Amino acid sequence: MTEKKHAISDEKIDGIISILLRVGVAISSVTVFCGGVVYLMRHGGESPGYHIFVGEPAQFRTIPGAAKMAEAFYGRGIIQLGLLLLIATPIMRVVFTVFSFLFQKDRVYVGVTLIVLCVLLFSLAGGR
Amino acid sequence: MDILTFSTLIFSGSLIAGFLGALTGLGGGVVIVPLLTLGFGVDIRYAIGASLVSVIATSSGAAAAYVKEGFSNIRLGMFLEMATTFGAFIGAGVAALISTQVIAIIFGLVLLYSAYLSFRGHEPDPYDENDAPDFFAHSFHLDGSYPDGHAAVPYHVHHVPTGFSLMFLAGGLSGLLGIGSGAVKVLAMDQAMQVPFKVSTTTSNFMIGVTAAASAGVYLSRGYIDPGLAMPVMLGVVVGALLGSKVLTNSKPKLLRVLFAGIILILGIEMIYNGMTGRI
Repeated sequence: MTEKKHAISDEKIDGIISILLRVGVAISSVTVFCGGVVYLMRHGGESPGYHIFVGEPAQFRTIPGAAKMAEAFYGRGIIQLGLLLLIATPIMRVVFTVFSFLFQKDRVYVGVTLIVLCVLLFSLAGGR
Repeated sequence: MDILTFSTLIFSGSLIAGFLGALTGLGGGVVIVPLLTLGFGVDIRYAIGASLVSVIATSSGAAAAYVKEGFSNIRLGMFLEMATTFGAFIGAGVAALISTQVIAIIFGLVLLYSAYLSFRGHEPDPYDENDAPDFFAHSFHLDGSYPDGHAAVPYHVHHVPTGFSLMFLAGGLSGLLGIGSGAVKVLAMDQAMQVPFKVSTTTSNFMIGVTAAASAGVYLSRGYIDPGLAMPVMLGVVVGALLGSKVLTNSKPKLLRVLFAGIILILGIEMIYNGMTGRI
């Protein structure tokens, strides 16, 4: 592969990563905002209870749980779905980077990126 | 105080934090936890969860702009992310084992250190032409170049094992405290690995989102991320950071930076005090 070819593909990849990050943040912000409106309309008059830590109920602790709550149109479920989309944004970036290194035939970095991806997915699975 | 008032106040506070963070380049994440715990009496575990989410949002937003400019070194970032993500995963695990008082004290110490770094300002790159090329930098193709006008300026990466270890620490602090640890990341690249300043700040920013995502999963499954609290924090920080980056893109106002560093210093002392007296 010549130097020039390499530079062009690198630049293209940077452009795609940039768009990916922007779209991810935009979509998740809008989702969180919509969920926030629903949540405040229904619960805005109640009093907050964050002084004592009890932890979130089980349905907000997993991806399928949050998706189910969002589907049922719970404000907090929609917010949690938006937050999950936000967490997914950098992970998608890593997935995309795996493919871009594959495309560049850089085997060492396909390996490096896969290691990072494994840690991320292991964590998202709750470390089990 | 009802939830609507509570959310509005937190949104406003987070907006100011995000705005000042973007203007001064110090990042807003580091003041969110003190704002929530000291200002609103929120349990530090909920505060850390909400802060971590906002860190992902601002880092991804800023990285989108930086990546395009061609300053960030994607290979270097990916290589070091092996250390930061693993560190973050461990840090998030440790957070569950130690008391909230200890977390508050460590948080305070990190705030003091960040304040010290911003008072001192940026020192010239400790570049030494005679340093031997690093074995890892060579075998992992970490050296790169950055644009300066029309020319590409090449640079070498040094002391990779030291930088890699510092990155593990940065990841650990990020997972433990729900912050971006940008200051430690820049220290590792700027001082230890002797990467040019512009490259180290942008590459560090690019790494923060991925690092935070590694502990977000652990936080989520422990129930630290509360949608009702994270919502105003995340939206406030995102809007604030967007406004901050629109107002000024290049010059970092020195007075504002010193002022913000002063606030961080006071918050750091207060976090340590509250941690020691068991009020957190």
